[in-house]
Amino acid sequence: MTALTPVLPDAPQGGTPSKGSTTAARKSPRFSNGKRGLEPWLYLAPAFIVLIALLGYPIFQLINVSLYDYRQAQVSGKAPLNFVGLENYQKLFADPQFWTVLGNTVVFATACVVFTLLVGSSLAVLATRLRPWVRSMLFVVSLGAWATPAVTGSAVWLFLFEPTLGLVNKTLVAIGLTQFEGYSWTYDKWSAFGLVASEVVWCSFPFVLVTVYAGIQAIPTEVIEAARIDGASMPRIARSIMLPMLRPIVIVVTIQSIIWNFKIFSQIYIMTNGGGIAGQNLVLNVYGYQQAFAASLYGLGSALGVIMTALLMVITLVYLRILKRTGEAL
Amino acid sequence: MTAVDVSSVSRSATAADAPQKLRKQGKRRFGADAAAIVIALIVAFPLFWMVLSALKPKTALDAGDAAPYTLEPSLDSFGRVLGVNNFGQYFLNSVIVALVVVVLSTVLAFLAAVALTRYNFKMRTKLLIIILVSQMVPVEALTIPLFFLLRNAGEAIPLVGLNQLGSLVLVHVGFSIPFAIWMLRGFVAAVPLEVEEAARLDGASSFRFVRSILFPLVAPGVVACSVFSFISTWNDFLFAKTFIISAQENQTLPMALLTFFKPDQNDWGAIMAGSVIMTIPVLIFFVSVQRKLVSGLAGAVKG
Repeated sequence: MTALTPVLPDAPQGGTPSKGSTTAARKSPRFSNGKRGLEPWLYLAPAFIVLIALLGYPIFQLINVSLYDYRQAQVSGKAPLNFVGLENYQKLFADPQFWTVLGNTVVFATACVVFTLLVGSSLAVLATRLRPWVRSMLFVVSLGAWATPAVTGSAVWLFLFEPTLGLVNKTLVAIGLTQFEGYSWTYDKWSAFGLVASEVVWCSFPFVLVTVYAGIQAIPTEVIEAARIDGASMPRIARSIMLPMLRPIVIVVTIQSIIWNFKIFSQIYIMTNGGGIAGQNLVLNVYGYQQAFAASLYGLGSALGVIMTALLMVITLVYLRILKRTGEAL
Repeated sequence: MTAVDVSSVSRSATAADAPQKLRKQGKRRFGADAAAIVIALIVAFPLFWMVLSALKPKTALDAGDAAPYTLEPSLDSFGRVLGVNNFGQYFLNSVIVALVVVVLSTVLAFLAAVALTRYNFKMRTKLLIIILVSQMVPVEALTIPLFFLLRNAGEAIPLVGLNQLGSLVLVHVGFSIPFAIWMLRGFVAAVPLEVEEAARLDGASSFRFVRSILFPLVAPGVVACSVFSFISTWNDFLFAKTFIISAQENQTLPMALLTFFKPDQNDWGAIMAGSVIMTIPVLIFFVSVQRKLVSGLAGAVKG
């Protein structure tokens, strides 16, 4: 979202009680001091009514269903509803497939996050040194990749890597690597994950590129000028001024990437045809969906959803904690 | 494309762009430019290949034609896609759902963002954290409770029940709002307090200020956040797949595209043509929004 551009530098400020983050841009106090008790709630009400109905209640129901033995028979009312407590969770924890899927998810999502951030931010730094028309070209192309819907992006990448007709194999064979004749990229577990991951990085690095670039642009020229006049070298400026000032943006971008990449669904579902051969490419999200809607084990699927949410919250909390220890929080 | 120049309009140039630096780094800059061009070509390639394959005749595709051009472009693939039953209907459905979601979710998110940035009240921080956390819940996991919720809701209000476009609208509004609030906060906070005080001195009520002054000022942000809701709604195939079970006439575009995936023989020409058709509206939206953004931002930042 290029839209974030002008705002992100101070966006994190409001996120938590904005201690410590003193942005030069904001001179006036944040709030007027009028006493207006109910007013904010009136503005909040419509959004929160929707959120409670469509997020709050379903989340509660998700937890609820995960505690029941809830299958097709219960849905249609042919069998009584059995409260089974944590049995669904116990079943999952005892199932080796669950641990494999969990491992897959962590490895796959971490790879996606790391590569997205690396590619995005190195291109952002690169973009500051480009001629304007080259920069425009890079941004337009990235916007194109960003705008591509997950379904179509997956389709195109699948086509490029098609075993017999795909351009990639054709090219590899043409340059003499004949072992790629008819090679299936989705047959092997990790090459399939790699293929999906490259599509994910392709369509998600632009978010990082645009936001980090905007962050670099938002650093006031005077600050850097002043540092230069004081005799600071360029690397020194980058390390001691630009990095700390970019920190809030990097935090936001990282958290968003973690949230998005751990939740990848469409790409895996489409590119590996619902989770790969014998489910080798399942990630938690797809696994939960399959358990619920393909196997009609709604209770088990819900338990997986709860685990997934908890996992994301833990990861984000740990990340924020580490940040706090190393310096300012968001 | 104006799109790209957002930041240069809103801000002065970086140190790296300062003229002295240009001269010093002339050679390195050339290297950087060359690298960037290569990268841009790689990034653009899948999109290029998508358009090209959509235009290649079916025979060439089936023969595995790997040429990066085509001498006999044909619209056959587009014809096959458009010839699918109800394709126009699917397209229209997608457009309707996306537009309604965009309007509803931005208005709601804007009002909420006003409350969360321009007022200081006890629960403020807690609410913000709740909003952040609510983004972490995997949307896909909620398909299970939402499925039951909509099934029951449909009995009371048929418009939002299963198999109805209303169900998709509802669900997407719900999922778009948290991120939209999160994004709009920054824009709303950026309008100086003095503006608000001046409006109040002139006798404007709080709602009047929000509607006639704040909203126009943050319009660029509002538009930007609408892109996000638009994209996530437009791209969704899971809810469409799960909630639209029997009423095929209410199906959306991504599902139509998936009908061309066949286990034995994919019709790649049609898939690529469908992909082009599906990508174009998003691109148009992106580009048009970018324009507004630039002009809007220049004003908002100065104001």
